[in-house]
Amino acid sequence: MIKVEHLVKTFGTKRAVDDISFSVEPGEVLGFLGPNGAGKSTTMRVVTGFYPPTSGRVTVGGFDVVEEPIAAKRLIGYLPENAPGYADMTVHGFLSFAAELRGLAGDSKKKAIYKAVETCMLEGVLYQTIDTLSKGYKHRTCLAQSIIHDPGILVLDEPTDGLDPNQKHEVRALIKRMGERKAIIFSTHILEEVEAACSRVIIIDRGKIVANGTPAELKARSELAGAVRISTRSASAAALNEKLTPFAKRTEVLSEGAGGVAMRIYPVAGHSRDAEFAASIVELAQRENWKLDEIHIEEGRLDEVFRSITLPDTIKRAA
Amino acid sequence: MHTWTNIKAIMKRELGGYFTSPVAYVFLVIFLLLTGFFTFTVGNFFERGEASLVSFFTWHPWLYLFLVPAAGMRLWSEERRLGTIELLLTMPVTPWQAIVGKFLASWLFMILALVLTFPVWITVNWLGSPDNGVIIAGYVGSALLAGAYLAISCMTSAMTRNQVISFIVSVMVCLFLILAGYTPVTDLLVRWANPVFVQTIAAFSVMTHFDSFQRGVIDLRDVVFFVAVMGFALFTTGVVIRGHRAG
Ligand SMILES: Nc1ncnc2c1ncn2[C@@H]1O[C@H](COP(=O)(O)OP(=O)(O)OP(=O)(O)O)[C@@H](O)[C@H]1O
Ligand SMILES: [Mg+2]
Repeated sequence: MIKVEHLVKTFGTKRAVDDISFSVEPGEVLGFLGPNGAGKSTTMRVVTGFYPPTSGRVTVGGFDVVEEPIAAKRLIGYLPENAPGYADMTVHGFLSFAAELRGLAGDSKKKAIYKAVETCMLEGVLYQTIDTLSKGYKHRTCLAQSIIHDPGILVLDEPTDGLDPNQKHEVRALIKRMGERKAIIFSTHILEEVEAACSRVIIIDRGKIVANGTPAELKARSELAGAVRISTRSASAAALNEKLTPFAKRTEVLSEGAGGVAMRIYPVAGHSRDAEFAASIVELAQRENWKLDEIHIEEGRLDEVFRSITLPDTIKRAA
Repeated sequence: MHTWTNIKAIMKRELGGYFTSPVAYVFLVIFLLLTGFFTFTVGNFFERGEASLVSFFTWHPWLYLFLVPAAGMRLWSEERRLGTIELLLTMPVTPWQAIVGKFLASWLFMILALVLTFPVWITVNWLGSPDNGVIIAGYVGSALLAGAYLAISCMTSAMTRNQVISFIVSVMVCLFLILAGYTPVTDLLVRWANPVFVQTIAAFSVMTHFDSFQRGVIDLRDVVFFVAVMGFALFTTGVVIRGHRAG
């Protein structure tokens, strides 16, 4: 549905987007992650036809956004960053305007407005002007605008920005639900959101894609992923350490006291991972007669992966 | 097929924008007060002792100089300030449709203001028997003049997100278009410059072309002049908007 090939966008001498390629198919929800200024919004603006690309090609539903912009734009619903809206219009007037530009009229327009209002829960503010709305409601109004024509493709730039926790949850669920049939790209700074709603994640840093995969795949890149956490009362930390060191890249004592020892053991890189590594530790415990109260394979955390990927310089400098 | 629906939707929104804020009413009141003031006080409407609207139309280029940029300054700068331009231009709408829709809305608004001056026309018909053909020509010329100024305001408002700057630049451009053919200025210029040069410059002035309408002549060349100014300014608006997006 969306196909981006070697996209470059420069502003003066600055390469905001530097040779990015990816594609999104219906039924996929692609999460865009990246530090501030990475080029997420710029990429989205090119995809939606607001900025022409400096070089490279973007097609939406088979239409090139430069050569057939109108046909491409018809297929897309877009929520720009900061959810702009006409300050002096009412929510209803604004949605009605959006519907008209989407070619809806008469009964189908009324139905479309009704449905978007219901989905985004805007009933209470329908006749309030946009400049008097709270930030969250303004965001929801703009979101309603983007889904009013039930587009096959959605491009949402930070759709949950400024929403309260309940609304964040609602919008995530909405994205997930819509993602069953539509091709969706959305950007966010909230990492749980990615795990909750995305089928695939792209991390962008300084205009380049630095990671691309399912949330699970990315989490597996975390140092923590595959580490085994154990707790036991039958040995001291020092004793455990001594026996575990040959197995592990490193061990970390999480707590030690009357309740016993809790310890995290990191597998040697490239060596046995996950269940295999855990099994070898269980085996060792049986041999040494340790009674394990708990054994747990760590999943890896996205925030850690995010940091290690987008902050390589800082980490190297610190090391 | 979609072209007209799109233009209409944009026009409707823009016109609505004028009337949902008090700005429109303030503008209309000021416009009517000022036209009245210039016509009856400064223009010596009654002392002239003639049944015509010369004293009414003479002031329009000067009145519009400030009023039209005030009506047009928000067209694009507001759109850029709010960020709604990103919404508008990612809708299945061509930039052309957006530019024309916005321009037509503001022009309709100016024409409405002009129509509301009808009491002046009634007065002059009640007091005497003017040549109504001349008056209609005057109205047509005035509407075209307002359109030309508006297109220029449209252009300057696309250049900046600051309405004040947009207003000032557009007043400057319009002032130039007046002065280039304003008799006191051209008389002064002829002393130093080549008369052919002065005349050429004057041909670009709105004054030269507006004058004949006041005399009751609707000359195709004058109409073409105003339409060309609008076309040029709106075309430039398109280029400016394109430029912002190209980065
Ligand atoms: N119109 C513009 N003119 C000049 N530079 C721009 C323009 N738009 C974006 N940039 C630059 O391009 C880079 C990428 O910006 P972009 O808005 O895409 O970042 P982002 O990933 O969306 O960041 P954030 O998470 O803060 O929203 C930034 O360095 C920004 O300064
Ligand atoms: Mg952004």
